[in-house]
Amino acid sequence: MSDIILTTPLNKEQLQSLKIGDKVLLSGIIYTARDAAHKRLVALLVNGEKLPFELPGAVIYYAGPSPTPPGKVIGSVGPTTSGRMDDYTPALQDAGLAATIGKGKRNQSVIDSCVANKAVYFAALGGAAALTAQCVKEAEIIAWPELGAEAVRRLRVENMPLVVINDTNGNDLYIKAVEA
Amino acid sequence: MSREINVKDITAAITNLAISSNRKLPDDVANALTAARNNESLPLAQTTIDDIIKNQQIAADQKLPLCQDTGMAVVFLEIGQQLQITGGDLTEAINCGVAQGYTDGYLRKSIVSPLKRENTNDNTPAVIHTNIVPGDKLKITFVPKGGGAENMSRLAMLKPSAGIEGIKRFIIDAVREAGPNPCPPIVVGVGIGGNFEYAPLLAKQALLRTIGSKADDEDIAALETELLTAINKLNIGAQGFGGKSTALAVHIATAPCHFATLPVAVNINCHVARHQSVIL
Ligand code: SF4
Repeated sequence: MSDIILTTPLNKEQLQSLKIGDKVLLSGIIYTARDAAHKRLVALLVNGEKLPFELPGAVIYYAGPSPTPPGKVIGSVGPTTSGRMDDYTPALQDAGLAATIGKGKRNQSVIDSCVANKAVYFAALGGAAALTAQCVKEAEIIAWPELGAEAVRRLRVENMPLVVINDTNGNDLYIKAVEA
Repeated sequence: MSREINVKDITAAITNLAISSNRKLPDDVANALTAARNNESLPLAQTTIDDIIKNQQIAADQKLPLCQDTGMAVVFLEIGQQLQITGGDLTEAINCGVAQGYTDGYLRKSIVSPLKRENTNDNTPAVIHTNIVPGDKLKITFVPKGGGAENMSRLAMLKPSAGIEGIKRFIIDAVREAGPNPCPPIVVGVGIGGNFEYAPLLAKQALLRTIGSKADDEDIAALETELLTAINKLNIGAQGFGGKSTALAVHIATAPCHFATLPVAVNINCHVARHQSVIL
């Protein structure tokens, strides 16, 4: 099984060719956001205001890194549990968000939104956070620094290892695994 | 005769434990992960556990925490009854060590007020459990406990009539419902008996037992093996991607309970099953 190489911005055709269980190496720009940032992102969206980054084609990574030690690009930066962001994800995907990265199950409305918007949900390796930090080549806080670990960061990643959990056809790797 | 220990030494020990326990797994956990890898036949499960193992080396080499979630600080103290703690307040000394360790070690500060969600900014306060034991030593065990796995933990006040079958069902259901969320391969800590607050404490303490060690009671040891086999047939697998490595171990601790009750607690730990002890 060879890994699929993807580079941002992601287009719909690439995303539609992905299947659950595919291993992907992602390079390019992704944005970190957790609970507090999502609340603010969706509030901006609802009010028709400008978001800190362009949503069409974008990738959000549910992650709050540990503090950056001196001389490093970033601290350890593995995924957080995605389910806490489920209430926000469909609205963001309706506005063009192409993919989300986290760990753990999504609810049916996110799975349906992935089908409707041709969006994909990837899992990063939960707990393998020092390894993931090695894939981050640049990191910059672009919004809400007062949120600390939860601030929105723009990351440039190289070959970040991901697995497709929810594809554009409504499939779910977690469900398929336990049905096998 | 009593022995004295200064709180400054306790603060220093906690600082060290906070940093080192977040960077290095206990040997038994690391060995169990390697064994799980060798037991897998599914390619995706193999490469997933390979990356989990690789992460340990990178964390050590780069002096980074294994996981960005460096947890809530849970501290177990076994205080010898002949020991006198001098020079200040013990609780303050522990929290001081936590604040120092999480700052010096570039560990994430994840503790907030429960309603306003305001960060305390130094990862305090710790959750401290003390036990008075014979002797004149102080044993400190430091457990950074991540939120993802803690959220998947459960407590039930079962009816005694539920019996052993009800207990098994509750434990397996807790693991099944948790699925990929607590970062499997997990360690399952179970507390059976005690009461409403004691069962979860037993479950948490059970997480600290060495993986591969047997429970003292033969029936409990057999129950642990049976549950581990059943859990690893759920096919949740490493990270929930499928495979045999849902859990590395099931550890059960028991205590007598009131004859009207049957408390059962399941505390789940992720594959970053951190804990470290020191004796002062
Ligand atoms: S559950 Fe454990 S491994 Fe997963 S993110 Fe939390 S602390 Fe890290």
